Amino acid sequence: MPVQYLKETPSQTGGPYVHIGCLPHFAGLNLRTQEKLHVLAGGGVPGEQIRIEGVVWDGSGHPLRDVMLELWQADGSGTYNAPGFRGWGRVGADPQTGLWGFETIRPGATPWVDGRPQAPHCSLLLFARGINIHLHTRIYFDDRPEANAADPALLSIELVNRRQTLIAARQAGGQGRSDVPTFRFDVHLQGDKETVFFDC
Amino acid sequence: MSSDTGEFTRRDRAWHPPAFTPPYKTSVLRSPGKALVSLRQSIGERTGPVFGHGDLDPLDNDLIRNYITTGGEAIGERIIVHGRVVDEMGRPVKGSLVEVWQANAGGRYRHGNDRYLAPLDPNFGGCGRCVTDDDGRYFFRTIKPGPYPWMNHNSDWRPSHIHFSLFGNAFAQRLVTQMYFEGDPLIPLCPIIGTIRDKAAVDMLVAKLDMNEMVPFDSLVYRFDIVLRGRRSTFFENRPEGN
Ligand SMILES: [Fe+3]
Repeated sequence: MPVQYLKETPSQTGGPYVHIGCLPHFAGLNLRTQEKLHVLAGGGVPGEQIRIEGVVWDGSGHPLRDVMLELWQADGSGTYNAPGFRGWGRVGADPQTGLWGFETIRPGATPWVDGRPQAPHCSLLLFARGINIHLHTRIYFDDRPEANAADPALLSIELVNRRQTLIAARQAGGQGRSDVPTFRFDVHLQGDKETVFFDC
Repeated sequence: MSSDTGEFTRRDRAWHPPAFTPPYKTSVLRSPGKALVSLRQSIGERTGPVFGHGDLDPLDNDLIRNYITTGGEAIGERIIVHGRVVDEMGRPVKGSLVEVWQANAGGRYRHGNDRYLAPLDPNFGGCGRCVTDDDGRYFFRTIKPGPYPWMNHNSDWRPSHIHFSLFGNAFAQRLVTQMYFEGDPLIPLCPIIGTIRDKAAVDMLVAKLDMNEMVPFDSLVYRFDIVLRGRRSTFFENRPEGN
């Protein structure tokens, strides 16, 4: 008989009303009206200001308009939980279009388990109705091709053509401020372009 | 966050609900079709955001009083929900943000997408949060949520439940789940609970009536303990090269 440990509490879907508990003002409640969790860094934080935006698509090509996303990242020097920069954000997709966006700074390189540098990236979690246990992916940046080519996590994805599903594309003219570089990161839950989701 | 950087135990994916569960229809188009890719845990998975009491309002864990608009308190069966958050080794998980949301006593959510005919309670928002103490304990006060119908297999009914979100101390411990109430006859009929295959796993989601903690002439009390992933010991740590 194996050694007995406690079992992890099982997951359940966040459901269609996840916003009430996680983003109450977004859900329409008159609570925490000042909270702007999709803004990880305003002007005062050192680093390169960026915007990351995208849409999560279901297996029939429809946008998830009720998804809630969480971002977790290091600061510009590669430090998690840096003083003055929590590095965590949360956003609800637009109820009409499904578009979501974070305002943050570009993360720095962080160490892999063996000390090699990882390319700048953010962790992204998805919670929604119909998702029984949250999905975990990563966002890399397409204007850092050398770092991405050497990134141990990307290299650990055996199917080479799937690696590009984690690379956000810098684009002109996102919905944010025009002076802030915008990266587009669409998530595909199923199909040929299915995003890589991690078990970690 | 924690200065501790140990790796977490593997998640038992057979214990959690799988992604593709056709009786819960929405999962059909929202479940990845390909296998998850195994990822070694590095610093970003082993750490997580820190939340302190500075982030909280004193009424955040009192859902009976944190959304009063017309005076009085929320209507319904008054309850307190409490418990401990521990890891798989039984160690307390301190400083974890615990967020909860729920329907009102009639089974209606304060959300634009909820069109159920039951009325809103002007004095109930259905949103709360707290942070676990050094022993991993948390508690909040609320009213017992009502069951509600939802569009799945025509009118399916959700048992009374409270949604929970937990951070633990690392992104690898992140967990969103739902708490049910002991003795609810709707539990075995629910397609969302039915996504979990093991009866013992379902039992972990069922809060037990705690008569010893009952508040006389005020509130019933339910106990709901939560287990998050634990950090492995680090005996001989080799640093594998390559991938
Ligand atoms: Fe619910």
